[in-house]
Amino acid sequence: MTTLHVINKTPSESSALRDSLIAMSDGDALLLIENGVYATLPAYSEHFSRLTANVQCYLLTDDAQARGLNDLNQDFCGIDYDGFVELSCRYSKVVSWF
Amino acid sequence: MIFSIVVTGAPYSSQASASALQFSRSVLKLGHSIHRVFFYADGVHSGSALASPPQDESNIPAEWSELARQHQLDLVVCIAAAVRRGILDENEARRYEKKGHNLAADFTLSGLGQLVEAGILSDRVVTFGA
Repeated sequence: MTTLHVINKTPSESSALRDSLIAMSDGDALLLIENGVYATLPAYSEHFSRLTANVQCYLLTDDAQARGLNDLNQDFCGIDYDGFVELSCRYSKVVSWF
Repeated sequence: MIFSIVVTGAPYSSQASASALQFSRSVLKLGHSIHRVFFYADGVHSGSALASPPQDESNIPAEWSELARQHQLDLVVCIAAAVRRGILDENEARRYEKKGHNLAADFTLSGLGQLVEAGILSDRVVTFGA
């Protein structure tokens, strides 16, 4: 049973990212959308230090571009809404944290 | 796959409703189906027929209505969350003795049971929160 964790807030706005990282298991995936994409800025990189290589990290490029984030952190794979839907199908549950 | 979508953020206050709209369009484009879209908490404002944003901005409630008409979507607004925020259909306006009602034509007011049922009958439930 794998889970897609969706985060839509910056770590400064809410504890959603921190909480989700604690709940994450091997094989799960993380998707940053809306203001959540700001978490890819270098200032927040320590949040991801405990993530294992078995957790795939994605971000919604539509939301990153809308916020002027063009030099994206290479640890995150950029996807569009179609990609979001495909991830929702690939993982058995979608959990939104906010 | 069968999806249901939950929206708990108000349009123009949060991105939730706009994100849910784009996600829903992709779901349908990729050949999946949407069993229900459930608007809860501040998300009920997506069902207002009176929202009148400037013409050069997107009219999120109208875009939901249009998508619902194109794909026969079941757009359900939580009745308890709606009436306390002034989103009423004709029935509720009569019950609370209000002069007008403002629930858009393609939405219906119903209870949380509709969210539970959507969870049971859908392969995936995706929530867009504020």
